[in-house]
Amino acid sequence: MSEHGTTTTVRVVLPAPLRTMVGLDKELQVAVEGPVTQRSVLDALESRHPALLGTIRGRADQRRRPFIRFFACEEDLSHDDPDAALPTEVVEGREPYLVVGAMAGG
Amino acid sequence: MSATRVLVGTRKGAFILTSDEAREEWVVDGPHFPGWEMYHLKGSSLDPQRLYASQSSGWFGQVIHRSDDGGATWETVGNDFTYDGVPGQHQWYDGSLRPWEFTRVWHLEPSVHDLDTVYAGVEDAALFKSTDGARTWTELSGLRQHDTGPQWQPGAGGMCLHTILEHPTDPKRLFVAISAAGAFRTDDGGQTWLPINKGLRSGEIPDEDSEVGHCVHRLDLHPSNPDVLYMQKHWDVMRSTDAGDSWHEVSGNLPSDFGFVVAVHAHEPETVYVVPIESDSHHFPPEGKLRVYRSRTGGEEWEPLTEGLPQENCYVNVLRDAMAVDTHESCGLYVGTTGGQVYASNDSGDSWTAIVRDLPAVLSVEVQTLP
Repeated sequence: MSEHGTTTTVRVVLPAPLRTMVGLDKELQVAVEGPVTQRSVLDALESRHPALLGTIRGRADQRRRPFIRFFACEEDLSHDDPDAALPTEVVEGREPYLVVGAMAGG
Repeated sequence: MSATRVLVGTRKGAFILTSDEAREEWVVDGPHFPGWEMYHLKGSSLDPQRLYASQSSGWFGQVIHRSDDGGATWETVGNDFTYDGVPGQHQWYDGSLRPWEFTRVWHLEPSVHDLDTVYAGVEDAALFKSTDGARTWTELSGLRQHDTGPQWQPGAGGMCLHTILEHPTDPKRLFVAISAAGAFRTDDGGQTWLPINKGLRSGEIPDEDSEVGHCVHRLDLHPSNPDVLYMQKHWDVMRSTDAGDSWHEVSGNLPSDFGFVVAVHAHEPETVYVVPIESDSHHFPPEGKLRVYRSRTGGEEWEPLTEGLPQENCYVNVLRDAMAVDTHESCGLYVGTTGGQVYASNDSGDSWTAIVRDLPAVLSVEVQTLP
């Protein structure tokens, strides 16, 4: 428990170029305070690893970069409300939240 | 004996080549940042171990790295290139107006006056300055907000600020070049800017003598005579003897006056190099022969340099940041191609050899002459 409420540990998988850039393993764990949403997970991720700022979302508008996708539980969450709750499986740590580089390049 | 370090940016990573002063044997290290487009890497002249690298990606946007140990290790630094205020609009290809939108950093220019000052030229065209070694950036917005800004338009590669030249002794004087707006000069450290395009004649725009709209590809100067500027424009090689107040053409006997690069010899201010390219649609050398042309007279009279360069079936391009000059006693030149070769000369261009080949397409080449 934090002063803001529950702290949840969320599993996050990043695309290889970003993992290499910040020196991370394939999967990392991110502590998220309060409701577990795409925004809160990404906020926590960027807070812990500032080098990721601007590489997943726009710095100013926080919009998903065009060639980034967000998946979880075999669903594409890329167009979902960033403040919507993530699936229970992600909250409970049974499934990771995936940040994916979209297929491109032919 | 001093040493030589060549920084090569490519479409898919960066490479660092090292040699001694003889520049005959080379060690290739890389790729650094594999998979990323490396538009530019450059080292500080005040501390050659301080390097900056611009990496970008269609997926992940812009990242800037800095090294304080000559590229052995890298640190992620600031990538917040937010325009000052509400960005205005510029011309788009179809003549409509389009808001300024940051895409990438084309060029990083470490200051010759202060170790922690570095400039970044970006697309859509603007100039940013950092005074803390690239950790934070501030736009010198007087340039983008110049009265002519709404008339600027992108070249085929985007509306990029690609050339930044500092005056060697006056920190308040800078020259920049933008495709396709033209060249600009500031004499007050970047607060106000003067278009310096008088004498440029560009047949690709409705008014070929327009104040802006010229597709300048590259500028260079020699520090011993910084009022003399050389320019490779889209078409035409140009020279100014009054710090850009006026220009005159010095294409002379070149086989084509289209090209991207221009560079001045390290020790001979009137010796200039260009790499002619057939045309804006062909983007390869005339007759399939890669020739560096040298003028020892400040332009107009040019001689082809061919020894060691491919003289048949060569259809590569040399992009605007892909030629560099070292400061060894016997001046060295370096040319990177879109075919992945870096050709070097250790004798002012008389002879050349490929010091690496089969890299991804080369976007930029810089060289450091190390103590």
